[in-house]
Amino acid sequence: MNNATLCETKNEACGERVNYLLPAVNIYQKPDGYTLEADMPGVNREGLEIYLDQNELTLLGRRAQSPGAPDTTHYRESSSGDYRRVFELDPEIDTDKITARVENGVLTLHLARREQVKPRQIAITD
Amino acid sequence: MTLMKFTRPSVLWNRSSLESVNRLQDEVAKLFESPFAGFGSQFFNEWAPSLDLYEDKENLVVKLEVPGMKREAFEIGLHDGVLSISGERKFEEKRQKATGYRTERFEGRFQRSVALPKAVEADKVRAAYKDGILTVTLPIAAQARPKQIVVGAE
Repeated sequence: MNNATLCETKNEACGERVNYLLPAVNIYQKPDGYTLEADMPGVNREGLEIYLDQNELTLLGRRAQSPGAPDTTHYRESSSGDYRRVFELDPEIDTDKITARVENGVLTLHLARREQVKPRQIAITD
Repeated sequence: MTLMKFTRPSVLWNRSSLESVNRLQDEVAKLFESPFAGFGSQFFNEWAPSLDLYEDKENLVVKLEVPGMKREAFEIGLHDGVLSISGERKFEEKRQKATGYRTERFEGRFQRSVALPKAVEADKVRAAYKDGILTVTLPIAAQARPKQIVVGAE
């Protein structure tokens, strides 16, 4: 993924500033598309929102609320914040064929390339 | 070839500084508890999942954020009032199948230890793994629970 570039996203339309956690992701490239995995501990299917606007893919993960506050907290390293990350998609990705599932706090997205851009062998005619 | 471009949200929450402090505290605590156990590997351990420890009326509860694990890949031990949780996750197979990749998620072993503030009933400890969070529930030993003293009649 050498050509991947990092850039800042524009500010949220709603004026409120919300703190989001940036989930760590793995992206695997395959001949027929990409697989994206994002670490979102505490997020289940109900808490997951995925938006697609043109070529901009937004992943939003809200944590399942734990029932009731504990009596005493001795250590707290985790954050209660929600996860959010925005990706600009390769135009070759067929946005109608994106599939998503979440398992054990990991979101997995499959992003298929459009049929016409998949590498193929050209048959040679006599 | 054009690949996916990455954009970051406008507000970032940086926890790396906090984590390194916590990790240092862990390492120092470990040095005092078991000077020679696992010496070496501890200092190069990069993955220190967030750990929470809280208490309700009956239990100490430890929560560890470790997404993408297999249930059987956890090693949980309780020794001299110290709870240790370790495990490993690998993406090697997925990397090999891919023609290109970018990995930000931690790969390899983690180990976290926490000294429990109260005596617990070791044979009644339960662990559950859900939504990428490991929850270890340790019932507080009867002698360590707060007791109410009733004033007897004269």
